[in-house]
Amino acid sequence: MRLEARGIWFRAGRVPLVAGADVRVEPGEFVAVVGANGAGKSTLVRLLAGDLRPGEGEVLLGGRPLAEYRAAELALLRSVLPQQSRIEFSFTVRQVVEMGRSPHRGRGQDPAADARAVEAAMRAADVAELAERAYPGLSGGEQSRVCLARVLAQETPVVLLDEPTAALDIRHQHQVLGVVRGLAMQGRAVLAVLHDLNLAAAYATRVVAMHRGAVAADGPPAEVLRAEVLSRIYEHPVEVVRTGTPERLVVLPRHELPPALPTGTG
Amino acid sequence: MATRAETIARGAGAAWRWRLAALPTLAMLLGAAVLLNLVIGAVRVPPTAVLGVLLDHLGLPGVLEYTQQQEAVVWNIRVPRTLLALVVGAGLATAGCALQGIFRNPLADPGIIGVSSGAALGAVGIIILGIAPLGAWSTPAAAFGGGLALTLMVYVLSRRDGRTEVVTLVLTGVALNAIAGGIIGFALFFATDAQLRNVVFWQLGSVGGATWPNVRPAIVLASCAVLPLLRYGHRLNLLALGEREAYHLGVDTERLRLEVIALAALATAAAVSFAGIISFVGLVVPHMLRLMLGPDHRRLLPASALLGAAAIALADLAARTVVAPAEMPLGVVTALAGGPYFLWLIHRTRRAQGGWG
Repeated sequence: MRLEARGIWFRAGRVPLVAGADVRVEPGEFVAVVGANGAGKSTLVRLLAGDLRPGEGEVLLGGRPLAEYRAAELALLRSVLPQQSRIEFSFTVRQVVEMGRSPHRGRGQDPAADARAVEAAMRAADVAELAERAYPGLSGGEQSRVCLARVLAQETPVVLLDEPTAALDIRHQHQVLGVVRGLAMQGRAVLAVLHDLNLAAAYATRVVAMHRGAVAADGPPAEVLRAEVLSRIYEHPVEVVRTGTPERLVVLPRHELPPALPTGTG
Repeated sequence: MATRAETIARGAGAAWRWRLAALPTLAMLLGAAVLLNLVIGAVRVPPTAVLGVLLDHLGLPGVLEYTQQQEAVVWNIRVPRTLLALVVGAGLATAGCALQGIFRNPLADPGIIGVSSGAALGAVGIIILGIAPLGAWSTPAAAFGGGLALTLMVYVLSRRDGRTEVVTLVLTGVALNAIAGGIIGFALFFATDAQLRNVVFWQLGSVGGATWPNVRPAIVLASCAVLPLLRYGHRLNLLALGEREAYHLGVDTERLRLEVIALAALATAAAVSFAGIISFVGLVVPHMLRLMLGPDHRRLLPASALLGAAAIALADLAARTVVAPAEMPLGVVTALAGGPYFLWLIHRTRRAQGGWG
């Protein structure tokens, strides 16, 4: 199922957060959205998810405007991983992941299928061992993986992820993005906001670079993740090198240390 | 499913068994509370006579002996009073549990949406104006109307562009509660001593005024709110994940909020208008159960109804026996008995968990 935003605008008061963005995600694609802080990435995800309504333009899911879907219908078609999830009450990890199955409730589905989906999701997000722990007592990275497991358990054709790897260690970053890429290979349409450009280069099938609320570049990773594009949208000098076998893109931001303080004055 | 069975077997065991047994246990506690209320009282009535009266009214006359006076005490005084206690307790505790879910905050209580202050405003108004347009129904009717009206006002004032954020709701509730409190205080300024006494006792709560004619509408109103509320457990669980998350999982959060607030206001207004303000039950009963049973609202809502009913029944038993033949206000008992117990529970839980993890 295809998800498509056509010329969408969203303003907070007078300030445009998303300014005429066109974004498309096809089945089988893993689209990484990159860009500086405040470029409108999270707002874009919220517009695509239906949390926010665009002031102008429209979002189409399977060719039908998002605004025409009821919440319960949408929940069977698209899942969303927001940036952070605080849960006030101490549900166990298993209970949280089981809630991901809730859109499928009462649709005559075999309970064993629900249980299998929950187990598979917990294994994929590497939280099976935490199953009986209380969610509020977990570390940030663990909580983030539990939420991902909840999203995976929902088993929707469209998957939206806002920084799925932000709180994760290196091993889990790669494990999680491997799983996400796997979703695309199964034919789902996946869009994820990623801050780490090297991860975007390694796992995404296409990269959308946002700059000041608009799409500045959109294409295969090798085309978008170029020094001049990145230097412009991040407003910071960036180098891109190709290295290793098989060849990989590596993005290197330029850095300057502050000049050494003069010593021995006086 | 196998894994859930395994979990039970390998025994996070005691906890699980208790959780499964919780509802039957609470139902038994409730049954015991009801029996005690019917048997104990200022006039001594033997248990066989109580049973005889009940069987008679259930259509089995003449099984056990009792006197006319015993029948009057049991059927016209104790039964309606006990029923009102159950309705009040179940209404307040279920409303509290549902509102804690809606506000995603274990500290929410039925007062937060303005229903208690609105009811107090209505009741105080009637008492101080000294009018009774509806006879004996005047105070309950004014309290009921006041409670629902103030809740509606809180809701309408926090709504903008078809949305009501939780924080705005809570803050609006605080503001309107303060205004209502101010108006009540201003009205009391003009009250006579007798009116003041009436207001104070109304605000401390009592189910002593229960009669068959006023217990029937209380039962109907509270049932219309409590029974539907029991069906919101699953959606409240999803809401605990977060507002956006619940929406992503298919919950129409705006409608959920409106429905639950309306039902909780109805349950609370039904309780408060016939029994006055009874502090503490709506906050503590669901909170206590959450500490014992975990956060699953599908179990918490019915458990709150059962334990709330039992708690008020037992509190009323204490209220009318401890200083007999006088009576203590019900709100005094719930606060004095519930407060220390709650403190103990808080400390025990903190010790056991090492904090609120």
